[in-house]
Amino acid sequence: MEVVRVEHLTKIYGHGDAQTVGLVDANLSVHSGELVALLGPSGSGKTTLLTSICCINEPTHGRVELDGVPVFDEGWTGVDVRALRRQKMGVIFQSYNLIPFLTVLENVELILSLNHRPPQEAQDRAMELLEYLEIAHRWHHYPSEISGGEQQRVAIARALANHPRVLLADEPTAALDTERGKIVMRLLRNLSRETGAAVIVVTHDDRMLDGFDRVYRIADGRIQ
Amino acid sequence: MNLAIRDIRRHKTRFLLTCVGLGLLLTVVMAMSGIYRGLIGDATKVVETTPAQIWVVQKDTRGPFAESSRLPEDIEYSIAAVQGVRRASPLSFQYVQIQHAGKPIRLFLIGYKLGGIGGPRAVVAGRGITKKHYEIVVDGKSGYAVGDTIRLGLEDYTVVGLTQGMPSPSGDPAAFVSLADAQIIQFQLDNDAIRNNRQRVVATYAQLANMNPLMRDKATTKALSAAENPHFANAIVAELDNPSAATEVANYVRRWNHYQVFSADQERELLLKGFIEKSQKQLWLFRTILVIVSGVIIALIIYTLTMDKLREIATLKIIGAADRTIVNMILQQSLLLGVIGFAVGYALISRTYNMYPRTVLLQPLDMLALFVIVVLICVLASILGIWRALRVDPGTALTGG
Repeated sequence: MEVVRVEHLTKIYGHGDAQTVGLVDANLSVHSGELVALLGPSGSGKTTLLTSICCINEPTHGRVELDGVPVFDEGWTGVDVRALRRQKMGVIFQSYNLIPFLTVLENVELILSLNHRPPQEAQDRAMELLEYLEIAHRWHHYPSEISGGEQQRVAIARALANHPRVLLADEPTAALDTERGKIVMRLLRNLSRETGAAVIVVTHDDRMLDGFDRVYRIADGRIQ
Repeated sequence: MNLAIRDIRRHKTRFLLTCVGLGLLLTVVMAMSGIYRGLIGDATKVVETTPAQIWVVQKDTRGPFAESSRLPEDIEYSIAAVQGVRRASPLSFQYVQIQHAGKPIRLFLIGYKLGGIGGPRAVVAGRGITKKHYEIVVDGKSGYAVGDTIRLGLEDYTVVGLTQGMPSPSGDPAAFVSLADAQIIQFQLDNDAIRNNRQRVVATYAQLANMNPLMRDKATTKALSAAENPHFANAIVAELDNPSAATEVANYVRRWNHYQVFSADQERELLLKGFIEKSQKQLWLFRTILVIVSGVIIALIIYTLTMDKLREIATLKIIGAADRTIVNMILQQSLLLGVIGFAVGYALISRTYNMYPRTVLLQPLDMLALFVIVVLICVLASILGIWRALRVDPGTALTGG
């Protein structure tokens, strides 16, 4: 089942002489359980594509459809994108972006709390994910008290907590050494199989591409 | 999940220190408010504790507090004879500055006729005055204890009792003596002055060469007697059979003799309008400025706390947190800051208010009004932080910008 569909997406930043092309006529399709990479150097447009799929960057032209719902069609369609992200998306950030004043457990519970899940259910689900990601023993620590690799696993747990249909990962291995980076990539690959989520990984490191179903290469705002 | 509480829990030391700082500022606001009320309370205390409905003072004056007033003591009998007056009594008021324990203190000396109107109402230690001379009852705030002696004028007075919360209109502790003693302290001249005065009067009358010597001696004696007469009071107060008839009785006394008469309400008004009006305004202004300063400080604190969390706010937006969640986090922190700051301020002022040299009256309604104002300020102050938070581009959580 097609979960992400991007058609003829173009993004132009600025006006007049100061115009910069971020993305030109991009087309992308990701199915349930598929692991897809957006590969390109810095400034190639991959983050622009990711933020457009994430509905936080308004494209100039084109169409974006998420889980069968058109969210952008030459303009926002009026879908509550915040609720869409909350309910159907998981985002993994390059620098983890855990909430520093919440414990490991609370960071994972947060997304469930935002979805109005009962506290006990949220806690059980969060602990289950932390155990799956082998970080449960750190549940009461704050992000600043755990290592980068552990933070990334907590970030993955948070992204998975709401059973997302789409999992977006922005340079998830950039802050990790090669070995830990490969572990994270393997984890994402397993997750796509086990959860049926469409996983889109933005990366500039082609050493991490083992096991991806498809790789979109982006250069100068164009998917090649 | 309450994000505001969890953020505070993580940064509790910083938050509590901020609350204490704000609490100290609110302590000053509460103290100002208390001093403002104390000023009014002190100014009217004598009038309110004197069970009299009319105050008779010297003609064309606004005495005895706003202006000096002097009238013969025996007018009390004329006033007491007026229809509707139950009893009348002379009172004298004067400030004395004395040394106590090496420090100068001012006492507001009230002279009253024993058994008459205007004596100490509640003696909390010792007893009231029972002898016509050399006994004094002072307010506990003066620092004197029962058994101490106080030198006033030419005599020593023994402290036989203490009152509590009995200040002068300007906030100094009050003291009570018999009218006779008060007259001696206020009007009796010392020996040198009497001697000089007599020589001056005799010399003046000696110049009247055409006068019959017998008549001249009589006139000289009368003049000397008048000059040395201490039997004056500053006001005659009267208790009426029907307290609501104060205006009628006052009008009658005013018409019938050459005195100025005020009802107790008018006397209170004179004190408030003339005596403390400027101080009142100044305190009100100062209090208002402090409230505004508190508002600005709360706004800056909340804005700074929000600026520290911009990245987290962007992340919250990306993971789908509604604006309401973010607004609640900022607003709740602002309100908690205000409420805890208020509690700290209230705890401090309620433990220190009696250490202030001036009377600090903490009135529940004032405290409630200040609490409501603080809550409103917190809501308004958080608007700046909320506005900034809502403008955060969620994309910055991805780009790190």
